[in-house]
Amino acid sequence: MKRFRRHGQESQRERLKQELFQFNKTVEHGFPHQPSALGYSPSLQLLAIGTRSGAIKLYGAPGVEFMGLHDENAAVTQVHFLPQQVELVTLLDDNSLHMWTLKAHTGLSELLEIGRFTLTGPPGAPPSVTRVTAVLAHSSGELLLLGTEGGHVFIVEVPGFRELEERNISLDQVASSVPDNYTCRRNLEHVEALQENPVNPSQVVIGYGRGLMVVWDLKKQRAIQHIPGTQQLESVWWTEDGGYLLSSHNDGSYCRWTMGSKDVDEEDVKSDIPYGHFPCKAISKIVQLSTEEGPPFLLFSGGMPRASYGDRHCITVIHGKTHVALDFTSRIIDFFAIRGGPQHTGDPSALVVLVEEELVVIDLQTEGWPVIQTPYLVPLHSSAITCSHHVSAIPLKLWERVLAAGNMQSTHYSKKPWPITGGQNLGPDPPQRDLLLTGHEDGTVRFWDASGVCLYPSYKLSTAGVFHTDADPNDNMNQGTEGEWPPFRKVGCFDPYSDDPRLGVQKIHLCKYSGYLTVAGTAGQILVLELNDEAAEQTVEAKVVDLLQGQEGFRWKGHTQLDVREEPVLFPPGFQPFALVQCQPPAVVTALTLHSEWKLVAFGTSHGFGLYDYQQKNNVLIKCTLNPSDQLAMEGPLSRVKSIKKSLRQSFRRIRRSRVSLRKHHVNNAAKLQDANARLEAELAEMEIAPVQRKIEARSSDDSFTGLVRTIYFADTFLADSSHNTPSLWAGTNGGCVFAYMLRLPAAERRADEPVTAQPAKEIQLMHRAPVVGILVLDGHGAPLPEPLEVAHDLARSPDMQGSHHLVVISEEQFKVFGLPKVSAKTKLKLTAMDGSRVRRVGVAWFGSSRSEDYGESGLVVLTNQGDVHVVSLPTVKMQVHYPCVRREDVSGIASCVFTKHGQGFYLISPSEFERFSLSARCLVEPRCLVEAPTDSSTQRGSLLDGASSAHRITKQESEDAESAARRVMEHALLNDEQVLQEIQKSLEGDHTSFLENNVKNAVA
Amino acid sequence: MNKTHRVPSNRSLSTVEVKSKFGAEFRRFSLERSKPGRFDEFYGLLQHVHHIPNVELLVGYADVHGDLLPINNDDNYHKAISTASPLLRLFLQRKEEADYTFGTNSLTRKKNTVLSAVLLRPDATRKKPPVIISLPRDFRPVSSIIDVDILPETHRRVRLYKHGQEKPLGFYIRDGSSVRVTPQGLEKVPGIFISRMVPGGLAESTGLLAVNDEVLEVNGIEVVGKSLDQVTDMMIANSHNLIITVKPANQRNNVVRGGGGGGGGGTASGSSGRSSDSGASYYGYSSHGGVGAAAPAPSHIIQNFPVGELESEEEDDEDLVIEVGGEAESAGRDPADYGMPSLPRYEPHLNLRTPSALSVNGAALASGSSGPPNRAAEMRSLEEDGTVITL
Repeated sequence: MKRFRRHGQESQRERLKQELFQFNKTVEHGFPHQPSALGYSPSLQLLAIGTRSGAIKLYGAPGVEFMGLHDENAAVTQVHFLPQQVELVTLLDDNSLHMWTLKAHTGLSELLEIGRFTLTGPPGAPPSVTRVTAVLAHSSGELLLLGTEGGHVFIVEVPGFRELEERNISLDQVASSVPDNYTCRRNLEHVEALQENPVNPSQVVIGYGRGLMVVWDLKKQRAIQHIPGTQQLESVWWTEDGGYLLSSHNDGSYCRWTMGSKDVDEEDVKSDIPYGHFPCKAISKIVQLSTEEGPPFLLFSGGMPRASYGDRHCITVIHGKTHVALDFTSRIIDFFAIRGGPQHTGDPSALVVLVEEELVVIDLQTEGWPVIQTPYLVPLHSSAITCSHHVSAIPLKLWERVLAAGNMQSTHYSKKPWPITGGQNLGPDPPQRDLLLTGHEDGTVRFWDASGVCLYPSYKLSTAGVFHTDADPNDNMNQGTEGEWPPFRKVGCFDPYSDDPRLGVQKIHLCKYSGYLTVAGTAGQILVLELNDEAAEQTVEAKVVDLLQGQEGFRWKGHTQLDVREEPVLFPPGFQPFALVQCQPPAVVTALTLHSEWKLVAFGTSHGFGLYDYQQKNNVLIKCTLNPSDQLAMEGPLSRVKSIKKSLRQSFRRIRRSRVSLRKHHVNNAAKLQDANARLEAELAEMEIAPVQRKIEARSSDDSFTGLVRTIYFADTFLADSSHNTPSLWAGTNGGCVFAYMLRLPAAERRADEPVTAQPAKEIQLMHRAPVVGILVLDGHGAPLPEPLEVAHDLARSPDMQGSHHLVVISEEQFKVFGLPKVSAKTKLKLTAMDGSRVRRVGVAWFGSSRSEDYGESGLVVLTNQGDVHVVSLPTVKMQVHYPCVRREDVSGIASCVFTKHGQGFYLISPSEFERFSLSARCLVEPRCLVEAPTDSSTQRGSLLDGASSAHRITKQESEDAESAARRVMEHALLNDEQVLQEIQKSLEGDHTSFLENNVKNAVA
Repeated sequence: MNKTHRVPSNRSLSTVEVKSKFGAEFRRFSLERSKPGRFDEFYGLLQHVHHIPNVELLVGYADVHGDLLPINNDDNYHKAISTASPLLRLFLQRKEEADYTFGTNSLTRKKNTVLSAVLLRPDATRKKPPVIISLPRDFRPVSSIIDVDILPETHRRVRLYKHGQEKPLGFYIRDGSSVRVTPQGLEKVPGIFISRMVPGGLAESTGLLAVNDEVLEVNGIEVVGKSLDQVTDMMIANSHNLIITVKPANQRNNVVRGGGGGGGGGTASGSSGRSSDSGASYYGYSSHGGVGAAAPAPSHIIQNFPVGELESEEEDDEDLVIEVGGEAESAGRDPADYGMPSLPRYEPHLNLRTPSALSVNGAALASGSSGPPNRAAEMRSLEEDGTVITL
């Protein structure tokens, strides 16, 4: 710091850096990995999910979300909101209880842990005595009842966690009063369930594992009723009127017990095994909800016939004559029902089910019980994510068309608004419309609205239709046959099984101005798609590209290429494929780009790269980059397995060899044998404890996969001489080689007839031979060249063509700037030589100053293999800032990282969750929300029913907010866009050539 | 010598008379003393006047003491011109059949040459052992211990030269722990160690590194707190000019400072290691003639030999740029033939001072079978420079 003070300029730069850069992890998108507990507060209208890694996440209205992390790295097993309050209690795997609260601070709420507690039993007692198995947050909001494995119930005062020892209900107290006729007076086992009488808060029912249930009066401190269940107990539900008790059991049965009278007789019991006759699995939870008129809803999870459907994850909903077994694709964690009415005691409106891989909400008020689309907690991983691509500032027109196509796909969703509406979203409207595109293993591309805090699904594109696959054509969503029992209905979209791994999407590029999209996959397929608002039936013509170009001595050992459907295929409205390139050998596409102005697509694999003209539908250029000595490149995706096999084989051989050598030494002499054995052991031990070592060797041209094309780039720049700029194509390989081609495009009016040609112009071999991961051309002002059509749409300044252009080559180890057209080295930054980290992901971003509106800089955003993010200035390639971002060990997290054009980024923290982070001090998307405590105080809670005055905080306006959020986003952005447009138009002095205008017309048409 | 050819004295002030011998042939011409031009132009001129455009030459001159000294860069060219009084006598040889040795007494020792008779030296000098000046191509930078003067005696900084050799660097590193003396006493800290040497590798052949030496720095950057993979990447990134500071496991062979170069290091001679040669001038035709001849095979070019290393540590990794087709006019070529590019032109580009870059170009072009037309233009411009040629 002192150093900077001495140099005025440097300190000024430091200040500027603070205005430009700032690192924040802002929000987690997607579905929490390994959820383990679910909680809901009807009064707050908030949902809470606990995970196996100790995270607790709260969700309300879209945009309202909170996250907390327990210090202990233990799974959250239960989450309970304190009724009518903003506190919640979590129980962890390590038997600790934690109190969390939502504190308002400067107008925003935050989730804070305010206390922790672990039950302490009498000295010398086994740990099972205090092992908590059931938690009841009493409606008074002051008491917590904790049932334990030892069968005791401890009563604790909250929020302070003060043990009320005198009120504890010990197992002995209960056991002594159990009637003699209870058949198994042996052990009552642990406390399985605790429930409060909805009409009398002083009564609670304690359900023991063995099956006995005891109604206990908290005031009189004695048992008032015994319910002699004989089956292993799973759960207990007290109906709303207090008249019945439902118990579910592990044999798939449930019982209805009439309450109120003295001890229950066998006659008062109505028992049923819903999927009976044959042995059934346990009903793990049962809920009955009354309706104002008509029969009640009965909901229970499990209970399936063990032999035939024991592997299904089902929740059964019975309402009058309607009986549906909702069949989920992953294990059910928990469920609850949301009830309508001002006090949330009315008819059930929605069923919320947390399964291991997604959250499913079912509209119980609409005929057919359709699913309500979730605005958050979306299962990003419904098929494994294989790549992602972010597009900033989508023009309104394209946005609307994509949304319209998406809406047509989601007709089977309920029209009801999202039923969980707690809290207020105070975040500003997103400044622009952003799309995050994720490619999946099953060949789909999903479009997510990534403008704000909620990652909202907007459209799903499937590329599988173009090819013949083994996939069953009939959708598994409606497979239920008539008269099937149980009456299954598939719900949820998590489907991890890919029909054909070759369909996997590896690279995506979307031109936001023209609506052209290109998608490339595992089997060397490259599809070019355009947006069409109508359904269309068409054949997709395939063009095969032989990337080997006569290179001899190679044999592809990987998968075969995909078979293309020759008959016309009906494509729904949305992105429809119209051109297909298939690389031969069909290796994974490793680089892809599209230039909508030139109507060209460039792609690369481990064997070479090609250029495809999608207007004329022919290949312009094919270049093989294979090194003749590189055999590994041809092995295909199986090579890794083979090498493991090989190394195993080698180690076996080594052992055998040492045995053989033993035998030679061995001269039937016991002592010698022993000696040899000892030596063998020592040798083996040495082999095992031999430390990890790394070879230090300069890279050579013979290394494997040097020909793999890592990056491909289009630029209109000076390649031949400094007076004429020409279109050019740049490709960088794993071996540190950059190829540059000069492109010749026919005039716009003859674009359809005359061929596009490509001339090799330059070849740069980086001396350090590190893989080239990025190529960028800077204009005369040192600014990155704009995207195609960006200038034509008046959304960017035309690049400066007066000053000399610069080429930036980003390898895994260095950033180098070259002058063009001579390719003379200017400056460089040696990252790896400095600190041993290597570039894994790189992007170009624009950073706006947080202090002055009109100042901003472009920079390179880099994620290294150490998990650090760096900002590197352009064109000076100087390190600006760096922050630790991803754990170094999290290889898949680092590999999944994608940067936005405005200094934000996403990376996967689990297969189902994106972490969003921001490097920009100006552009920040984070949840800002407020949750207010219910206005009625807990003291009013005497009547047990919410008073009529209770807070119905969800005003009409707010629910409207939720409904029309998307529309307002659009309007806002449109407004902004117009301003931007005017500004740009004012500042632009250059006129557009007819060529550009033509292109605009083409693109619009 | 033939005195009739002596130029008038008034001209001798401004021009240098040059007598150039190639094989049995002599050529005479003169140069402006004040504007000698650059070496590469001079070299082109020599090829021109002898009508040997494609022959690689070694140029030597006889200095005032009668020593045969080389001319292979701007510096010694200018020296030769400025000291010529008044005649500058040149001896040209085909590079491949060079038999003169440059150095002091070099001409006098060669008794069979004509010159020895003319330039009689005092007998006294004969007793002094002659100093031999080797050609650049005879030099090879070697791995060495450096910075002995600034490092603690227990540490050793080793520079491994890798360039232009097939020898692998050839060593492995591993994690380990070392004991450090701290204010709190002895403390075990994680460290990086050399775990294995590849037989026949560079590291082994230098004898400067050994198994179990602790690696402290890589090219001046401490490795404390860095993972094995990070250090590996740093070393590989610096592999063309790797400087490792180690704490040798065997502390008995340390270089003892000041005390008469004992200690058996023996290699301490290049103590500074940072003494940078006159890098650009080094980049003369002589070291690159071979490259030019091999131009069509890119693999030779890649080993761009020592230029970078000698220039400075900063410019150590010179990328190779291959111009394919190149000029705008060739872009109009039939697209069918782009698959087999015509003879590529190689152009090392990195921060070379212009003259040397040109000379390389010239050399490469001259040797290429189809020299582009601008070579002639270059020659013409040379002649127009005002260099007087008197044949």
